[in-house]
Amino acid sequence: MSFNHEPASRQDASRQDDAEALDPELKSALADFRLSFHAFSDAAYARARMPLARAPRRGRVWRLVAGCALGCVLLAGSVSSGVYRHHRKEVGIAQAREAQHQRQLAADRASQQAREEEDLLAKVDSDIARQTPSAMEPLARLMSDDETR
Amino acid sequence: MAAITTLEPMTRSTAEDAAALEFSAVVAAHRPQIFRFLLASTRDLDLAETLTQECFLKAHRNWASFRGESTAMTWLMRIAINLQKDHWRNRRMQFWRHTRTNSVDLDEAGEWLPSGESSAEQKVLAQERVAQVWKAVEGLSERQRTVFLLRFVEEQELSEIARATGLNEGTVKAHLSRALAKVRAELGGKR
Repeated sequence: MSFNHEPASRQDASRQDDAEALDPELKSALADFRLSFHAFSDAAYARARMPLARAPRRGRVWRLVAGCALGCVLLAGSVSSGVYRHHRKEVGIAQAREAQHQRQLAADRASQQAREEEDLLAKVDSDIARQTPSAMEPLARLMSDDETR
Repeated sequence: MAAITTLEPMTRSTAEDAAALEFSAVVAAHRPQIFRFLLASTRDLDLAETLTQECFLKAHRNWASFRGESTAMTWLMRIAINLQKDHWRNRRMQFWRHTRTNSVDLDEAGEWLPSGESSAEQKVLAQERVAQVWKAVEGLSERQRTVFLLRFVEEQELSEIARATGLNEGTVKAHLSRALAKVRAELGGKR
């Protein structure tokens, strides 16, 4: 594809007609108008380009901030995960201790109950032994009576 | 045959690369000028920058359809003129009557006169004249303003202005003549 760039010379016939029609004061005013606006626009254009030139730097800052934020999130996540795991472990230990304590209590209770039952049986046995007479006691008493006589 | 089919994509990519390079050169050459015209037309720095970007985006999309019948500058200028027209038409706002938060201060623009060899008094006088021209331009119709700016800021030839605006040369001359009459009256009135 071919295209034409700006023509080098602008001294065409129509331009000459224009120039002839313009009085010197108007011509001078229009020249000042053009020159001042060209200078102003060039400065504005350069200013407009500057933020674009700075854009990658701003992007870098944003990337850094985002990286820091992501790092913080990951750190917080790993710390909280560790804390949670530790907490779970502590809870497990506490539960195991509690279960062991409960088992111990149950065993104590069972042994105490067994002891109480044994005591009761012993008491019952001793009570019965005291109240019930020996099977040979009447005969023995009769024999002792005969000897005295 | 097989060699041709393997070479085809390579040829296409080379052509695309060449077109991209060509377009980059056009952007580098004409972007400041398009920005200047849009800044003069809108007197809004942000809007001028946005419309310049839109202009080159549109040009990039249609670059393949550009046949080189006119200069690249004329083609780009035509896109820029249409964009600024569309912008104001869509916003249903009258030219230059919007709030001037971002607008270019005329006095500020007038102060950018090259120092030259003129005295301080002459410089002040020149600044006043520039401000008067801006004031006159402000009172022009949209077409008169476009034609005036293309002629006296961008220094385009009448035929180029005609191609960029889609008007015939006679109409361009008529608009220019009316615009100049108003500028002359503004300058004369303050004399």
